Amino acid sequence: MSFEHRDDTGDRFGMWLFLYTEVILFSGLFILYAIALITYPQEYITASNKLNIWFGGANTVVLLTSSLTIALAITAIQRNQIRLCINLCVATIGLAIVFLINKYFEWSHEISLGIYPASETLRDMGPGVTSFFNLYYFTAGLHGLHVLIGATLITVVAVMVAKGKVTSDRYVLLENSALYWHLVDLVWIFLFPLYYLII
Amino acid sequence: MTKTPLTNSGFYSESPRSGVLGWLLSTDHKRIGMMYLGCITTMFIVAAVLGLAMRLQLFTPGQHIMTAQTYNATFTVHGIIMIFLFIIPSIPAAFGNLLLPIQIGARDVFFPKLNLLSWYLYISGAILAILAIFTGTGAPDTGWTFYVPFSTQTSTNVSLAAMAAFMLGFSSILTGINFVTTIHRLRAEGMGWGRLPLFVWTLYATAWIQVLATPMLGITLVLVMLERFFGAGLFDVASGGDPILFQHLFWIYSHPAVYIMILPAMGVISEIIPTFSRKPLFGYWAMAISSLAIAFAGSLVWAHHMYASGMSDFAILVFSLLTFIVAIPSAIKIFNWISTLYKGSIQLGPPMLYALAFILQFAIGGLGGLALGAAAADIHLHDTTFVVGHFHYTMFGGTGFAFFAALHYWLPKFTGRMYNHKIAFIAWGLLFVGFNVTYMAMQAVGIQGMPRRYYDYLPEFQTLNMVATLGSWVLAAGLIMMFANLLKGMLNGKLIGMNPWGGATLEWQVPSPPPMLNFGKEDPVVTRGPYDYKGVKADEF
Repeated sequence: MSFEHRDDTGDRFGMWLFLYTEVILFSGLFILYAIALITYPQEYITASNKLNIWFGGANTVVLLTSSLTIALAITAIQRNQIRLCINLCVATIGLAIVFLINKYFEWSHEISLGIYPASETLRDMGPGVTSFFNLYYFTAGLHGLHVLIGATLITVVAVMVAKGKVTSDRYVLLENSALYWHLVDLVWIFLFPLYYLII
Repeated sequence: MTKTPLTNSGFYSESPRSGVLGWLLSTDHKRIGMMYLGCITTMFIVAAVLGLAMRLQLFTPGQHIMTAQTYNATFTVHGIIMIFLFIIPSIPAAFGNLLLPIQIGARDVFFPKLNLLSWYLYISGAILAILAIFTGTGAPDTGWTFYVPFSTQTSTNVSLAAMAAFMLGFSSILTGINFVTTIHRLRAEGMGWGRLPLFVWTLYATAWIQVLATPMLGITLVLVMLERFFGAGLFDVASGGDPILFQHLFWIYSHPAVYIMILPAMGVISEIIPTFSRKPLFGYWAMAISSLAIAFAGSLVWAHHMYASGMSDFAILVFSLLTFIVAIPSAIKIFNWISTLYKGSIQLGPPMLYALAFILQFAIGGLGGLALGAAAADIHLHDTTFVVGHFHYTMFGGTGFAFFAALHYWLPKFTGRMYNHKIAFIAWGLLFVGFNVTYMAMQAVGIQGMPRRYYDYLPEFQTLNMVATLGSWVLAAGLIMMFANLLKGMLNGKLIGMNPWGGATLEWQVPSPPPMLNFGKEDPVVTRGPYDYKGVKADEF
């Protein structure tokens, strides 16, 4: 005895509510950032200059492109171009992996310089710089975790598209995954200027 | 007839899977609700025993049954279990799940699988919390608030407890998302916003707070864990952090959380009072809007917990004013309940007695809250047992009693059996007397200056502490009697019909216990308001 009901608007509505919760999760870190920036304006500029803007800039381009590919994937499935849709999903996942690899090299570089939470080098640089890098690691880390979750989600949906469980007339799951991916992108769009571009 | 086993009817007998898996993998909101109810009640009993042990330690000055460290761990665990595992999920997760879909004429919540996931997150959180007590380097001793810097430096098992609270927060968020979506999308034909039972309105307001405030607790607890694991130092002055910011972030969630706790309780009372007065609820829209107003204003008052922590006088003024504003919608509710009683044909059934006790106790707790919200008085009362008394007046005398009211009101609906009314009256009497003696004494000794969270005290506080401990024994007797009576009623009480109390909301128009999918083949069509008692009669039982 099962009772089938389908309501795509409701599914999207639920996803939007979930996205609010994600925004608030990150907002806690943004509050800490704002207060620390007011307390240590000069130190934040010093610390920001230590970050490699090319790593950050490249990752911004990568994520923006991935947002485009996932949006195109939705249009593809709406037009019933299943193969194209899967390819676009794979492209998005590929870009997510590029982002994470890039992040890995960036962090390795910084860690090799002795800059990581609770390190001696960082302690010698004083509380302002320390707080910048602590926030940098944990905000970017939390964001990286979201990239991983988003990529996993898109992988699952891509498999479902291939198996015909997500189709041109029932694709709300792909839409919701794309919404999540856009949020991941959006958070980065705020992180990038806050950490790499303050002068 | 009275010996028919419980499992023979309604949603107990119809399930795609049989046996235990039929429960553990069920996405039916009633089964999930009953599972929540079982776990939540168990957690309440565990934490209540810890509370009684603390009262026993405070019977006379000096060390008796526990050391200072044990006492610290006891109040911490009592707080964590009562807050995160009992009060927050009590009415919304248990009764919200049981009733919300039926009351709006739906067959289930909007995301049934997510609902089951919430339950599993709840259980995982509960298991982690219990592990935190018995494993590692000792039970956490920070108080349920996890204040830094102590929580990042103590050697006790804080990380695990924080992880537990994080999981429970996640569970709460998913329930909130589910409920908001359900109320928006699954109302039956004819169930306009103006016909929602007040319980649904309060769940709606609660669900919004759960969605919007809980993530802040999540990130705060994650940061505490990171600080413990990696020395992140985001709340550590030496690393450029600020411990006061922890308090802000924590209370940005945890103050709205007390409205997660109290709003659904107000919804329960708003259902019971009209039914037992045989009169429509006075001021329906005022009640509905005031629920949203409490949720909104309650989200803006968090820093009134921090008057003594260090804040500008101007900020104190603003938060004090905002705190007073919350009293307005709360008072609207109290006045409307009393206006509903006025010239009603009042029947003092067990649920009604608990509801009346709620009004009195919540009013006392609310007024005490104003004393604490006023900065000048708070400087004197801050961190005394007055705060503990105030909190228990609103949370135990309020939400706790509303939970008991809900048990007496709706449990017969979901088990199909009635408990013994005489014993219910006696248990209520014991609870009412025991509760007020315990916590009034606690408030009084707090005004005299006894600090909270101390395992020992000066001799001049002894009389009132003895009174409070004596009260706690009466309270315990009431609890035992009440739970025993309810359990006996569930298992072999008299069978009841659809509508034992004469309620007009939709749950009273389906069998007791309700069938799977709640309504027959036809979707319900709603043609009358939730408090329209014309022609509604209570079944004999």
